Amino acid sequence: MDVAHLTLMANQIARNFAVQGDERAAAATAEHITLFWDPRMKAAIRAGGGADLSPIAAAALSRLD
Amino acid sequence: MAYEPQADFGTPQVASETRVTLTIDGRSVTVPQGTSLMRAAALTGGSIPKLCASDNLAAFGSCRLCLVEVDGMRGTPASCTTPAAEGMTVHTQTPRLQKLRRGVMELYISDHPLDCLTCSANNDCELQDQAAAVGLRDVRFGYAGENHLGLAADTSNPYFDFDPSKCIACSRCVRACDEVQGTFALTMDGRGFASKISAGQAGDDFLSSECVSCGACVQACPTATLQEKAVKEIGKPERSVITTCAYCGVGCTFRAEMRGEQLVRMVPWKDGKANHGHSCVKGRFAWGYAQHKDRITAPMIRESIDQPWREVSWDEALGFAASRLQSIKAQYGARALGGITSSRCTNEETFLVQKLVRAGFGTNNVDTCARVCHSPTGYGLKTTFGTSAGTQDFDSVEHSDVILVIGANPTDAHPVFASRMKRRLRKGAKLIVIDPRRIDLVRSAHIAAEYHLPLQPGTNVAVLTAMAHVIVTEGLADEAFIRERCDWDEYQDWARFVSDERHSPEVLEAVSRVPAADLRAAARLFATGGNGAIYYGLGVTEHSQGSSTVMAIANLAMATGNVGRPGVGVNPLRGQNNVQGACDMGSFPHELSGYRHISDTATRALFEADWGVTLDPEPGLRIPNMLDAAVDGSFRAIYIQGEDILQSDPNTHHVAAGLKAMDCVIVHDLFLNETANYAHVFLPGSTFLEKTGTFTNAERRIQMVRKVMEPANGMEDWQVTQALANAMGLGWNYTHPSQIMDEVARLTPSFAGVSHARLDEAGSLQWPVNEAHPDGSPIMHEAGFANGKGKFVVTDYVPTDEKTGPRFPLLLTTGRILSHYNVGAQTRRTANTAWHPEDLLEMHPTDAENRGLKSGDWTRLASRTGETTLRLLVTDRVAPGVVYTTFHHPATQANVVTTEFSDWATNCPEYKVTAVQVMASNGPTDWQEDYEALSARSRRIAPEIPAEAAE
Ligand code: SF4
Ligand code: SF4
Ligand code: SF4
Ligand code: FES
Repeated sequence: MDVAHLTLMANQIARNFAVQGDERAAAATAEHITLFWDPRMKAAIRAGGGADLSPIAAAALSRLD
Repeated sequence: MAYEPQADFGTPQVASETRVTLTIDGRSVTVPQGTSLMRAAALTGGSIPKLCASDNLAAFGSCRLCLVEVDGMRGTPASCTTPAAEGMTVHTQTPRLQKLRRGVMELYISDHPLDCLTCSANNDCELQDQAAAVGLRDVRFGYAGENHLGLAADTSNPYFDFDPSKCIACSRCVRACDEVQGTFALTMDGRGFASKISAGQAGDDFLSSECVSCGACVQACPTATLQEKAVKEIGKPERSVITTCAYCGVGCTFRAEMRGEQLVRMVPWKDGKANHGHSCVKGRFAWGYAQHKDRITAPMIRESIDQPWREVSWDEALGFAASRLQSIKAQYGARALGGITSSRCTNEETFLVQKLVRAGFGTNNVDTCARVCHSPTGYGLKTTFGTSAGTQDFDSVEHSDVILVIGANPTDAHPVFASRMKRRLRKGAKLIVIDPRRIDLVRSAHIAAEYHLPLQPGTNVAVLTAMAHVIVTEGLADEAFIRERCDWDEYQDWARFVSDERHSPEVLEAVSRVPAADLRAAARLFATGGNGAIYYGLGVTEHSQGSSTVMAIANLAMATGNVGRPGVGVNPLRGQNNVQGACDMGSFPHELSGYRHISDTATRALFEADWGVTLDPEPGLRIPNMLDAAVDGSFRAIYIQGEDILQSDPNTHHVAAGLKAMDCVIVHDLFLNETANYAHVFLPGSTFLEKTGTFTNAERRIQMVRKVMEPANGMEDWQVTQALANAMGLGWNYTHPSQIMDEVARLTPSFAGVSHARLDEAGSLQWPVNEAHPDGSPIMHEAGFANGKGKFVVTDYVPTDEKTGPRFPLLLTTGRILSHYNVGAQTRRTANTAWHPEDLLEMHPTDAENRGLKSGDWTRLASRTGETTLRLLVTDRVAPGVVYTTFHHPATQANVVTTEFSDWATNCPEYKVTAVQVMASNGPTDWQEDYEALSARSRRIAPEIPAEAAE
């Protein structure tokens, strides 16, 4: 999967939750990705997503186990 | 059922609670107060002669044929205009009345051609019937006097003719156009004997007039003056079957009137609860595609997409498809497979496709075209209200006082509902339109929007937040409702957020370009004007903040207490006929039917027990993700039923690359559509006229689709899916679609009470249909929200990443028009092309002048993604800086320029905002030419020569 595109998607989700404050936004972003992303998308972004992730998106991904 | 026109009670039903009892020809009858004598007589089984009355029109009282005698009343009043009163004694058949009626009829007939035996309306003509009913034997005036005979017929409309020599000037057509359709295209010129019907201005014919070809006038005409061309060609129908339109989410029901195996005409069914006897040009007339020469009726396969197609037997095609699917699964695993369900197919067919993917392929990679239209509605309404559906029935609009239309163009996309809405507006409801373009509703015959807020594309959330700001800060919120029905803490969070000065109309004007004063006034009107109803469409959902906008709309409805009763609510106007149903049936990769998440163990267990399989608990890929994964090599096979993703999905190049990368593309459709250029297997589909099942319209109304003719391809679509499943060894044995619906009901709580038998009996049902709502649910959330409490969600305005700049200074937004439907696969294959032969680019005069362009010029439309060419229309409907086009014709390839930006929550593509540049051009782009060559090549069918197979 194109990690750059997945990063864009994750950042976009995070940005829409950002108004809830960092903590809640990270939880909501993590939940959203868990509920709506296919396993290979989750795997790809966790393996390859990095520098370009926004802080909220990065925090969200670190919560995915 | 043998052919009988639907009964006509002469005047409309009256809603009054008060009843009156009277005696008509010795029979006692009790009717609601205000009912006409004519209707009351019809209800007792009697029949008073009439010509100018019809039960879908207000009584007019012009023909004087319906005279009656009433004891104690002088003269002979017209029964269509005289209301029934308590204790009346009425006589409808007396020698005096007969004499009077014969005299009236004689006058009519003296000016009417007497070619009954050769007239196409012979035996289907009210004038003829009424002449017989009044016992006309002789015309004393003779036929030699001045008359209208010999006037030329207007045959300009592709579907019906107007032959003025047969007109009796009853004005039913004019009134149908005004009252039922609301277009006001017809006028009655002159008076008395000189009266003449005409379409539009002098010199206009039907085609060039304002007429939108809805056919209401044709249906209303009691003579052969306005008549379907098909009746002339084929003859009078001899039987009829009730079925449901397969075009848009209004879900009009029709009597398909047949002669043998031939469809003669579609007549809107008066008992249809969505359309009440009305329709638009598409449903009534544009069904010719079913027999179009491009229709493919034999299965075809090919090893690779550069080869010509080979016609093969069903067994060979299914065997080929099954073995490819199985070997891909063996090599790459189940998650390399997937499918797309169709919003054009029935609930039963859609349910089977997702079952095939989940239970047969063993993956949740199933999605539907709702992805590209209303997936944000699903997400947004589920989050706020607890269910993914509109809250009202269409009738609700009759109780609305303020109607807010945002990002929808009902007169073009949902015409029959628009007619209802317009009727309510003419009776005094107020209208607010939020749309970048001045849609027809803003100003049309006898309708003017109170406020049109012409926002910049992509700023819906900003505008709705500003409206909420006004409502909260000016103390206009309905706190009693909110305390009772919603979570108060969440409301307060939200209220604090919207009250912030950053969200005032004055501050946000810089972003949205909506004048703050107008926005404030519109917000006040919505909050204080009585019952407020919100209607929205794809101009809301197809944005990077589509889901946020849906939630902002829900917030606004809750904050103003506009949920849970007639006249209010949140109403997504669904695009395709069964997009609601496709979503209900579990077409999304993350949820099973009835919107239950795939990760929910209890739900999964229910399906696993019924289907005898283990389901993948992880959500699958959505359409755009499937294409990404295909380019990546991890997604290799797809079964697409009734969808043309190459034409309808954004960024055509990317879709093409994804399809090209797959090893097995199975297209199941009526035509070799654009997607089929990349297919290896083509399974011919059947039209809605050839199958049985159900569609669910935008009101959650489940209605029967009934087979009126045998499938030209030999199988209904559910049978094709079952055959594919069985070729893969799944051993399915449905023998009738009702069994599929029984399975849906068994596995889906909101459908628990639905069955074909129940639908036959009730006509239609609105889900949820279950123990709590055995007869369905016209209005939702009446006593409480599905979640218990309504949830206010803070929706922050996040501008789209798609931005204008020096290279791409204009914003492109897209839409559709009345006579065509979506990618136009069907309507382009009908005479509807008379109204819209090509897609045009609309541009404001200032922008056109700056570029030295004028209407009719070929222009090049370029975005960061790609470019295409099309012709220009200069108009001030669009604001400066905005251009607009439709996407009905493949040659335009409008989606070559749309980007891959999408809704943050659902990946619904951002069709409504693309930064573009427009310049003069002298012809098609390289891509358009290459693509045309590719299409021609890939549509070859061996052994025919290419030119014949190409479009
Ligand atoms: S077809 Fe419809 S719009 Fe046209 S004149 Fe008749 S009623 Fe009016
Ligand atoms: S065209 Fe038909 S409906 Fe219209 S006035 Fe003439 S007879 Fe009546
Ligand atoms: S296209 Fe829509 S409005 Fe037109 S007839 Fe069909 S369901 Fe009704
Ligand atoms: S039907 Fe009553 S006046 Fe024509």
